[in-house]
Amino acid sequence: MNAIKKLGMLVLLMAAPAMAIASDAGVHLDKAPVNLQDQASLQRGAKLFTSRCLACHSANYMRYNRLHDIGMDDEQIKKELELPEDVKVGSTMQAAMDSNSAKLAYGVAPPDLSVIARSRSADWLYTYMRSFYTDTSRTSGWNNTVFPSVGMPFVLSDLQGEQALETEQHDGHDVKKLILKTPGSMQPAEYDAAVADLTNYLVFMSEPSKLVRGQIGWAVLAFLFVLLALVYALKKEIWKDIH
Amino acid sequence: MTENVDQGKRRLLLAATAAAGGVAAAGAAAPFVMSLMPSERAKAAGAPVEVDISTIEPGTMISVEWQGKPVWIVRRTPEMLELLAKHDDSLADPTSSVPQQPEYCNNATRSIKPEVLVVLGVCTHLGCSPTYRPEVAPADLGANWAGGWFCPCHGSRFDLAARVFKGVPAPTNLIIPPHQYLSETKLLIGDDDKSKLKGGQPADKGAAA
Amino acid sequence: MMNLITKLIGWIDERFPLTSTWKAHASEYYAPKNFNFWYFFGGLALLVLVIQIVSGIFLTMNYKPDALFAFASVEYIMRDVQLGWILRNIHSTGASMFFIVIYLHMFRGLMYGSYRKPRELLWIIGMIIYLALMGEAFMGYLLPWGQMSFWGAQVIVNLFSSVPFVGPDLAILIRGDFVVSDITLNRFFALHVIAIPLILVLIVVAHLVALHEVGSNNPDGIEIKKNLGPDGHPVDGIPFFPYMVVKDAVAAVAFLIVFVSVVFFAPDMGGYFLEYNNFVPANPMKTPEHIAPVWYFTPYYAILRAVPPLFGSQFPGVVAMGVATVIFFALPWLDRGPVKSIRYRGPIYKGFLAAFVVSFVGLGYLGLMPATELYTWISRVLAVVYFAFFFLMPWYTKIDKCKPEPDRVTSK
Repeated sequence: MNAIKKLGMLVLLMAAPAMAIASDAGVHLDKAPVNLQDQASLQRGAKLFTSRCLACHSANYMRYNRLHDIGMDDEQIKKELELPEDVKVGSTMQAAMDSNSAKLAYGVAPPDLSVIARSRSADWLYTYMRSFYTDTSRTSGWNNTVFPSVGMPFVLSDLQGEQALETEQHDGHDVKKLILKTPGSMQPAEYDAAVADLTNYLVFMSEPSKLVRGQIGWAVLAFLFVLLALVYALKKEIWKDIH
Repeated sequence: MTENVDQGKRRLLLAATAAAGGVAAAGAAAPFVMSLMPSERAKAAGAPVEVDISTIEPGTMISVEWQGKPVWIVRRTPEMLELLAKHDDSLADPTSSVPQQPEYCNNATRSIKPEVLVVLGVCTHLGCSPTYRPEVAPADLGANWAGGWFCPCHGSRFDLAARVFKGVPAPTNLIIPPHQYLSETKLLIGDDDKSKLKGGQPADKGAAA
Repeated sequence: MMNLITKLIGWIDERFPLTSTWKAHASEYYAPKNFNFWYFFGGLALLVLVIQIVSGIFLTMNYKPDALFAFASVEYIMRDVQLGWILRNIHSTGASMFFIVIYLHMFRGLMYGSYRKPRELLWIIGMIIYLALMGEAFMGYLLPWGQMSFWGAQVIVNLFSSVPFVGPDLAILIRGDFVVSDITLNRFFALHVIAIPLILVLIVVAHLVALHEVGSNNPDGIEIKKNLGPDGHPVDGIPFFPYMVVKDAVAAVAFLIVFVSVVFFAPDMGGYFLEYNNFVPANPMKTPEHIAPVWYFTPYYAILRAVPPLFGSQFPGVVAMGVATVIFFALPWLDRGPVKSIRYRGPIYKGFLAAFVVSFVGLGYLGLMPATELYTWISRVLAVVYFAFFFLMPWYTKIDKCKPEPDRVTSK
């Protein structure tokens, strides 16, 4: 028995370092301040997404009128997101650029972003959009610490400004850091907040039902607990017959 | 088997549990049944259609698609309107007593504006799309024909207010779909919610849970 | 009113064995009265089967089994179909819950010797259900047509090509193509939606028929039919209806609480029930860094990876994985112990069973991880422990010092 216990403990102990290994190879990801209850944030993120990302990326599974869920009505959707006359609110979010042209321009077709927050995490997206830096060795002139050799150019450089990747000395070894070289129209904290809004929106867009599934879940659970109490009482009652 | 440990309590508990179980079953069935309702894609495809009617010549008809079906818009001439009241006794339902039209079209011309008829181009017999025959007294339709529609499938006839004649297979007048005017020249077919006029809250909140 | 119902039942009974079947299999079918927690999982497995079939039917109404439309159709269900997201989450959660329930159900069999005579055939039928279930889950997983769907199928079907002589042709036969493609997707869809479910239902019926023929085992491992009362029924037995039905109802509600919690609060389950990489549409040109099967297959996957290539072939690993899956069939004949239930077994059996559990869980965990050198060595050790449980069983069950079985059931 003792040997079994030891073996069991060994297996459990393996879990600890394994967790560290299992996490993404070395790149530290900042925590994205996701709050799906913050409708104002989600609306700002929606505006940023439709005005800046839909130029190249599509969100083919997301309909404009789904934004009703975050407190926008048809008129607000049309106005805030500057929808052209012929685009109905019930239609899906198409990219402005067709994927073939995009592939020619950037080397790889820009992926559809409908469920991007379910494949990449919110933290990844939040850190990625803030980790671009200038890199003259690349055709686009840009690189990214979270996604090395990414095909995407940094389309928000007018907002954040331009960062460079510099090496600093810390306790004797090299540490790479992103330094803001050219300021953009937004202060760093302002830009971080905008990216937070965008990330928030991407999380919502990846699974709109997330807004309500918790509420429905609590209601169902409450009811099931009542049912459990009843059926348990019934079982006890019926089993009085058995001795 | 049992020393009758309060049969009353047992029955009550059974009834309460069964009732709760019934509610559970109904709740569990809800998403399955709801999934059969029109999806957001169906609703988007069946969304109301805006039509510019300024280019329709008097006496002519245009056809637009709404929810997969043809909707006809006819700009009736004053002569056509005059003839409408003249053949009530040949009609099966001259006063539109059967509710084949919205309240606001339950009138002599079956329309909002007297000269513009908006009607679903689907024969109320078996669903064919009748042919537009605006001319008066053609050879094949007889001297009494004052203009209207003739269905080629089984011979049903309708006048220029889309009312069905007696003695034909179709039982009722053609359906007038819900519609409203967004302006003098813009017609919205499929939605008569007046709040749309001033850009207020949409009638259908759209997004499902 | 009651008179009418009685008359109706009488009319039916003259033409169909309604009342006699009800009596034989419910109101006068006797089950051991010492059933414990481990005996809930058979009934729960039936519940999950029903949940999967019903949710599956409604998903099939909206899913498109075409490589161009499959991924999109799943998102259509999640977003556009009214409350479709509930259906999808029920089905994905149900798939994992099915395996949790079945593994616990099988473990009960190991603990209490439920595979022993006269229940060998019952055990074999159950094992056939298990294999059919694995096939069903494997095929179902391809349907969302994500990266993991595609590459998981690609890897596993490629395993078949390692079979000597017939391998490559066998793999092409399974795929219907040279690589996993739209053709494979369509046929897996047909098999997943109707062929295997139909087979599953029939084998489950056979499983229940076999069970009712010999009667259930119990935690003490003694045969209650050996001790009949003056009324001809086992003294340690109680009628299935209403006693076991109402008891299983409690278990069902408790299970549904767990089930619903996952469906509404954590359908992803940290990437174990709905894998993150499967939200990327399948791309035959881009292999993911890390391909792992879904968690319920990982013990066998770990064994596959633990076996090094021999004579330039991966086939020995495939054989080891296959043997690991089907070795359970042999249990009724490997076990030479004098008693059925672990309650009366000696320390050697208990040690081996505990080691088996550790190896199964450990291998399961390692199967999810990348195959580093350390992990591969640990997998090898655990794989040896796994096989030792079975292959050494004829020896250690014979020499084990067991306790005498009681005459009547106990409620520990």
